[in-house]
Amino acid sequence: MIKKLSAYIGQYKMQALLSPILVLFEVVLEVFIPLLMGKIVDVGIPTRDFGYILRMGGLMVVMAAGALVFGAFCARVAVVASNGMSTNLRKGLFDKIESFSFKNTDHFTTPSLITRLTNDVNNIQNSFQMIIRMLARAPFMLILASVMAYRISPRLSVIIFAAIPALALVMGLLAKLAFPRFEAMLQKYDSMNARTQENLVAIRVVKAFVRGDYESVKFKDSAAALKNAQRKAEKILVLAMPIMQLTMYTSILLVLLVGGKDILAGNLMTGQLMSFISYITQILVSLMMILMVFVTLVLSSASAKRIVEVLDEVPAINDDAAISGLTVENGSIEFCNASFSYASDANNLALSNINLSIRSGETIGIIGGSGSAKSTLVQLIPRLYEVFSGEVLVGGHNVKDYKIEALRASIGMVLQKNVLFSGTIKDNLRWGNPNATDEEITAACKAAQADSFIRSFPDGYDTVLGQGGVNVSGGQKQRLCIARALVKNPRILILDDSTSAVDTATDAAIRAAFTEHHGDATTIIIAQRITSVMEADRIVVLQDGAIDGVGTHEELMNTNEIYRDVYLSQQKGVA
Amino acid sequence: MPGPMQHGAQRKPKNAKKTFFRLAGYFKPHLPSVVTILIGLLVSAGASVAGTYLLKPIINQIEQMVQTKSTDFTLFFSYLAILAIIYAVGALTAYIVNLLIVNVSTATLEAVRVDMFTKLEKLPLRYFDSQTHGEIMSRFSNDTDALREMLSQGLPMLITSSVTIIGVLVMMLVLSPLLTALVLVVFALMLLVVQKLGKKSAFFFGKRQKLLAGVNGYIEEMIEGQREVKVFCREEAVSAEFEQKNEELRQSSTSAMTYAMMLMPIMGNLSYALYAAVAAAGAALAILGHADIGTLAAFLQYTRSFSQPLVQASQLFNGFISALAGAERIFELVDADPEVDEGRVTLVNVERDEHGQFREVGCCTNQWAWKRPVGDGFEYVELKGDVRFHDVTFRYDEKVDVLKNVNLFAKPGQKIAFVGSTGAGKTTITNLINRFYDVQMGSITYDGIDVKEIHKDDLRRSLSMVLQDTHLFTGTVRENIRYGRLDATDEEVVEAAKLANAHSFIRHLPQGYDTVLTADGANLSQGQRQLLAIARAAVANPPVLILDEATSSIDTRTEALIEKGMDRLMSGRTVFVIAHRLSTVRNSNAILVLEHGEVIERGDHADLLAQQGKYYQLYMGMFELS
Repeated sequence: MIKKLSAYIGQYKMQALLSPILVLFEVVLEVFIPLLMGKIVDVGIPTRDFGYILRMGGLMVVMAAGALVFGAFCARVAVVASNGMSTNLRKGLFDKIESFSFKNTDHFTTPSLITRLTNDVNNIQNSFQMIIRMLARAPFMLILASVMAYRISPRLSVIIFAAIPALALVMGLLAKLAFPRFEAMLQKYDSMNARTQENLVAIRVVKAFVRGDYESVKFKDSAAALKNAQRKAEKILVLAMPIMQLTMYTSILLVLLVGGKDILAGNLMTGQLMSFISYITQILVSLMMILMVFVTLVLSSASAKRIVEVLDEVPAINDDAAISGLTVENGSIEFCNASFSYASDANNLALSNINLSIRSGETIGIIGGSGSAKSTLVQLIPRLYEVFSGEVLVGGHNVKDYKIEALRASIGMVLQKNVLFSGTIKDNLRWGNPNATDEEITAACKAAQADSFIRSFPDGYDTVLGQGGVNVSGGQKQRLCIARALVKNPRILILDDSTSAVDTATDAAIRAAFTEHHGDATTIIIAQRITSVMEADRIVVLQDGAIDGVGTHEELMNTNEIYRDVYLSQQKGVA
Repeated sequence: MPGPMQHGAQRKPKNAKKTFFRLAGYFKPHLPSVVTILIGLLVSAGASVAGTYLLKPIINQIEQMVQTKSTDFTLFFSYLAILAIIYAVGALTAYIVNLLIVNVSTATLEAVRVDMFTKLEKLPLRYFDSQTHGEIMSRFSNDTDALREMLSQGLPMLITSSVTIIGVLVMMLVLSPLLTALVLVVFALMLLVVQKLGKKSAFFFGKRQKLLAGVNGYIEEMIEGQREVKVFCREEAVSAEFEQKNEELRQSSTSAMTYAMMLMPIMGNLSYALYAAVAAAGAALAILGHADIGTLAAFLQYTRSFSQPLVQASQLFNGFISALAGAERIFELVDADPEVDEGRVTLVNVERDEHGQFREVGCCTNQWAWKRPVGDGFEYVELKGDVRFHDVTFRYDEKVDVLKNVNLFAKPGQKIAFVGSTGAGKTTITNLINRFYDVQMGSITYDGIDVKEIHKDDLRRSLSMVLQDTHLFTGTVRENIRYGRLDATDEEVVEAAKLANAHSFIRHLPQGYDTVLTADGANLSQGQRQLLAIARAAVANPPVLILDEATSSIDTRTEALIEKGMDRLMSGRTVFVIAHRLSTVRNSNAILVLEHGEVIERGDHADLLAQQGKYYQLYMGMFELS
């Protein structure tokens, strides 16, 4: 996990390495200061040598100034490195997610991906910064201060060398005790939030069944459980501070006691004792810092795990095996024994053994109940999902032979759930073809029956849409999305139930415009209304993921029971 | 569609003082603990300050003993003993204080959370319409997290730091006013640095927050629109745009954090410089006889111990401000207006006495009546399921009438259907019956009583809904069905499942009725979830049933399966059906055709066909409604 993430340090490797080195210099300088102070007391005062005192004092100030420069410089490179790393990581994740096929996205869900890219990356950035500064600084300080202490008095150092492992042991024990408790707490926290989220999503159900109080009682239970888990975990950590204080205080007391006697015995000088006490503080504070960093790291390891999960996900679709330079020559489509499963399970097929051959330029209608896998079928054409078995051919080649971009560039698709992006209407229309001229855009909008309402806006084609296209109605949105697909001037045009919010007359006008202006494109129309597909060259009836019948309206009326049923239910009822 | 969220944006609180006192109100039940904590913080900070002061007599004692070559350790030992006691008191108090802080902060958080959630359940649907789930959730997660940090760490540390700084300064003055003067000069310099760096950092942080919100908004938009990105092959363009935004963020974030991060080493080393100056000046003073070595030792220790609290205090203050901003958002939710309910008519279990009069009984007669206050007493009106709209006009916002002068009546046991295109106001009608929203003009009566007079909970208890989007809860299948009526027995749950034709698939689940459903029933198919929703409505056994596109997202085969269950569920009840398959509504007692919020036709199937109006067109024109 660490290896994976540290790869994202990338071009900031220098800064990441420089930071601990600079810290080392800072620490060295800081560690010498108490020693010089001791010298002032032990040499300067007894000899009443003002010059010596001034020199030593001056040297200390210079050292402090040096440490300041190193420290500030280190802070700067650490910040550059950690920001650089998180920027790389964010970019890496973003690109990774862009490489995901629908299947990968379905697996993670959209909100979860967003959290990983935002909150989790932030957590990692903070931890990384902590590592390169604190985690380098504290051990250096610990070691150097110990060395200095030892040089002053090996005898007194015994106290420190006994205290360090004892404290480390106790802290390690506390950490070991605390972590599972913190994990339990985080779990309680997650499940509480999950329940809250459920309540938000299903607020109508809660209200309709008058379960507000019931949910509140349940929430109270989980809030209380969380409180108890949190107390259980934090009560352990609360011990850390007093234990650390006790160790430090006991060490100081012992040092004063033994040191005092040593001074009297002439083995130690007062200034040295004072330096020694400074070193104890430095050492124990470093130990405390190491513990704190570890706690933070463990708490953020969940974020690291969630990020690595995304990074490790293998995109379900890639075009490594594609023949480069292959372009879609014509709009013919062929399904050969194609099967598909969302669960990649042969016993749980959404589409089974589809055989269908569509000529270039043909108009195909698809009819079938919800759950009959109409959308799934057409999403196999631009390779948004991968067939489970069998193959799909476009322009005479297996879709896997094309570079994904070459394949999709030739297909215009209007999805069932449409998304428009923030920006002007024109920006949105150019989404599929950045080089489209204004004339091309207007032509596409006219065909999609969108031109007139766009012109009715005060800013016309430059009207700014909010995120998700919030300021246009459902029907307008659908027409904009159709226009956006037309601007691509695709060989194959797929409309997935994309005129449901458009009235029948406009629907018919759109279809008429297609025939007139895009007659040579293969067109596939999925619809609920039979009128939308009636005039198609052929109509495919899907039922439970299998083709139930293919033919013209007349043929199907004679031969296909489902088609006849649907037709009758929409026309004359089932009288 | 959620708007761009304020990810991590540190807004300033509008009224920090008010929010703080509001928050302090949560400490009331823990007043003794809070007082103990405050005293304890003073004691433990005081102990550490006092402990350092004792260095002076101890070092001086050693010096004196060296000079006088005395071997009388009594005084030395007694100083050490006092020091030991002070240290012990300090450590013990720190422990007790921290324990109490854990107790108080966790209990406070619990109270805040419960207040938030309890309020959430009482809020009208309008509130949920106006806020994204993300916005509400971030109060439960981000804002409470910030509050947790502030309560359990920030606030106590802020107090400790302030006490320590003041204590240290006082003791320094006591030890040596001259050296203190030197300290104060450097101290002023340090304050200046904190302020300068803080200001710079705040400027860049403001910029960084804006860019961060921009990057996060972009992430949100592109991940939500990923299907479009794929279909239009925009991966590279999007990636390039992201790279640019990401790089801008990196630059401003680096500037902002550089200043913040440099604060620590600068302050720490300034304090070392001060330490050096004090050591030199102190030594000079000692030589001149104006100070002793013990004073110098204690003073030096103090110089080291006040720069850290100073840095901490300045950093904690920022955290404090953003936590208060979070608390303010939390209180906004807690203070939001709840659903109004002035209804005094309640629903009670009744039985008929020998005179045929209703008599209220404790439970379970399966016969219900509205208990309506009349004068000093009550009258009982049988619950039948007679629903009428009288000239109802309704709008969600101030602009458009969603319903205009709608009149309708549904007699008990009748099936009333609504047809019309999206936005015609079908769902709105059902939302008004159960008072998710209140009518602005006209009235709705239920068994002759204005629904506004009926206690909302009782009103909703008398209705059952099956919605187009089925929502299930984490828990077992059994618990999910029982959601309709909490006191239903296991047998009743199975009965309801059988009625909804759900029994057979439930039995085939790994743990049958005890199979745990997660994430809105993600492990079930849409049809199976719908069946559970129908079973849930069935177990509630209400006189009125609302089916809002209950079968629209089910394939024909499953629909045939459900149909039988639905018919059984509907029999004997007043049913409101919204459907877009005209075949589903054909056998209704009355069909209302809605267009732009108005009822344009009404009648049964045959009537409407005979009228040759819109319904006839819909039917003959063969177009399905959506």
